[in-house]
Amino acid sequence: MMTAKTTQKIAFVLLGLGTLLLVVVPILLTILYILVNGGSAMTWEFLSQPPRNGMKEGGILPAIVGTVVLILGTMLFALPLGILSAVYLVEYAKDNFFTRLIKLSVVNLSGIPSIVYGLFGLTLFVGFCRFGTSILSGALTLAIMSLPVVITATKEALESVPQAFREVSFSLGATRWQTVRYCVLPYAIPGILTGTVLSLSRAAGETAPILFTVAAFYLPRLPHSVYDQVMALPYHLYVISTQVPNMPLKLSFATGFVLIAIVFLMNIASVFLRAHYRKKKTW
Amino acid sequence: MVNAEPILKTENLQCFYGSQRVIHDLNIEVLPNEILGVIGPANSGKTTFLRALNRLNALNPSYRQSGTITFEGQDLRKIPDNLLRKKIGSIFALPQVLPISIYQNIAYGPKVHGVASKSKVDQIVEESLQKAYLWDEVKDRLDLQANRLSGGQQQRLCIARTLAVEPEVILYDEPCSGLDPISTAKVEDAMQKLKEHYTQILVTNNTKQAARVSDRTAFFLMGELVEMTDTNTLFTSPRDSRTNDYITGRFG
Amino acid sequence: MRRKLSEIFIEGCIRLSGVLCISFVVLIFLFLLKDALALFGGYSAGKFLFGSQWLPVSEPPHFGIVPLVIGSLYVTLGAILICVPIGVGAAMFIAEVAPQSLKTILKSLVEILAAIPSVVLGFIGIVWLGPFLKTTLGLSTGMCGLTGSLLLAFMALPTIISISEDALAGVPKAYREAAFGLGATRWQTLWRILLPAASSGIIAGVMLGIGRVIGETMVVMMVTGNAPVIPASILQPLRTLTATVASEMGEAVSGSEHYFALFAVGLILFIITFLINLVADMSLRKARR
Repeated sequence: MMTAKTTQKIAFVLLGLGTLLLVVVPILLTILYILVNGGSAMTWEFLSQPPRNGMKEGGILPAIVGTVVLILGTMLFALPLGILSAVYLVEYAKDNFFTRLIKLSVVNLSGIPSIVYGLFGLTLFVGFCRFGTSILSGALTLAIMSLPVVITATKEALESVPQAFREVSFSLGATRWQTVRYCVLPYAIPGILTGTVLSLSRAAGETAPILFTVAAFYLPRLPHSVYDQVMALPYHLYVISTQVPNMPLKLSFATGFVLIAIVFLMNIASVFLRAHYRKKKTW
Repeated sequence: MVNAEPILKTENLQCFYGSQRVIHDLNIEVLPNEILGVIGPANSGKTTFLRALNRLNALNPSYRQSGTITFEGQDLRKIPDNLLRKKIGSIFALPQVLPISIYQNIAYGPKVHGVASKSKVDQIVEESLQKAYLWDEVKDRLDLQANRLSGGQQQRLCIARTLAVEPEVILYDEPCSGLDPISTAKVEDAMQKLKEHYTQILVTNNTKQAARVSDRTAFFLMGELVEMTDTNTLFTSPRDSRTNDYITGRFG
Repeated sequence: MRRKLSEIFIEGCIRLSGVLCISFVVLIFLFLLKDALALFGGYSAGKFLFGSQWLPVSEPPHFGIVPLVIGSLYVTLGAILICVPIGVGAAMFIAEVAPQSLKTILKSLVEILAAIPSVVLGFIGIVWLGPFLKTTLGLSTGMCGLTGSLLLAFMALPTIISISEDALAGVPKAYREAAFGLGATRWQTLWRILLPAASSGIIAGVMLGIGRVIGETMVVMMVTGNAPVIPASILQPLRTLTATVASEMGEAVSGSEHYFALFAVGLILFIITFLINLVADMSLRKARR
């Protein structure tokens, strides 16, 4: 008969081993696999040149630029809309049917598959609004997809501002908007920034929503207007690893490296932002 | 003073949180320039009464009230929130300074009410700090983060901040509960000197403080006004036995 | 005091944004519905839902989604069977066993996993996992359901781990103290008290993980072999609902029957994930109470 202490020891060791072997090791291997293989293929030419010879030579500059442009475009639409919606939910909304409907909508937006966003973007922005396959259509699609994450992050940031700040402001005769503007938002900005950078990094890595709304298979030049198509890193990686026969593997690895690097840099930026503001926080 | 028109008056005021009634049928009159002490055990409705006067209760979504409150003869419901709260200021139990400088804390009110000129704001800041008897202690470090001040200084800063929007009535919700005796004395001192220009209502758990500071005192018990009269009478010969029990410390 | 015009304007914008959130869900549904319903003008809904053949370019075309639904089911079931025990186990370790410093490291590692774009995992599936499974299991091709399941399980881990960990950490302290007071070990407390107490939250995490797996597109399109036939087992090539839309929409002529059929598939996906999220949200609410 095993004592309870022995059972506990065995159970904890198994849990630890399982976590190590099935979670920690695969994550580290995945990242190392891409970073090592991609890093060895990395050259300045690869980052600064357009692709040549059916993408089998040259670089990926247009795809990098395309992804950056899409991130910026997504930010332009998703941030104001998401932040204002969260302000509405936290600072203005009364507990009624309408508010519950908004909350339910946010939950459901966050669960809709990315490919369905792609279909939606195709029919609404590309077709109905006549934006065509363009940066505008792609950024709008990605923005709506990012909306729930931006809203959730902003909500958390707003809710973490002490209620007392609002009471003080109201008690001095400030209106609701003045209270939000001067006594809530300034203290919520760090949290909002952290959360939104994180959500935009997700948008940067998405492929399915841009498949039919913006992504170009092979377009070795830089975009001129928001109505242009662009190449994008995730779609480019998809294309060269499935659609191009005899693709040199090292270019695929290098593309994956750049994509992961952009996403991780944004994540690291958000971690540093959080640490920086936490140090400055005085309440 | 007894013959003066009341500045604040409640008629059949009832307050609810959800379905729970926390104030029953309250009829009370507050006279200009007096300090009205409100005492009573916890959960007797003192704070709810106070926060009903400048509608801070409305920030709680489950709050409802019935009855009328009049301010200077006008129905409270007809006064917009921000204007009402400008005229009836609040001091909270814990000193709630904003995490900005001393100067900015005081300038906040005037700024939201549209005072734009820097020299005017400077003047308001100095006057308010002087009225709250804090000026001499902080005049050389107005840019200091307000939460670096001591508790007593913070509470007087809150008073100064309220004064900066030129209220007519100041509500205090247990303003000294977190303070040491010396800081408490300074706050009480400031209140006495403010009587000349302001009507003040002081909710306190500390019956001795009410006895020291207020002109008249009201005793609340379980949402009802048991007794209200001038402070001396209430503390020396209360009419109601429950008042007597409370002030002599038999419960509460 | 008169309210300033700018203030009225900005508050209008704030309220409008709230309304827009609702309208997006409605718009997505309506636009999918509009194009999906166009299919059923000429093609029967019964044949769409229960047809066992997906042959969009044959003459006449067949748009039966049964093979795709079964493909999605196989891959999802496989992924869930793999990731739920691992995810919940890891959450138990992180929440109750790991010391504080290790906890922080593990949590950030899980966040890093969540940040890896799915297309990168799909790429790894093509160049490494697929060939690896092919040789070790002696399969005819590594591009099959199992490869997809493994990668999807990996992708769903962050969702399941973080939500389950929150649920375990959120169990009131009193439960723990009561159990310790009765002489239970930490393991007994975790297994018999905390796990049942956190079950609503864990179920919510699992539901959201399922939603994530069903909706994932790129990985399955890249590694499951893209064969829209009813698979005999998870070791064969198959194709999911999502991969079908992603891989065929590029070729479907706008306004054609094929185009509308893909929107109908999208609508099915929308409805499935909508229901899953509703259930997950309800269990989360229950967990918070």
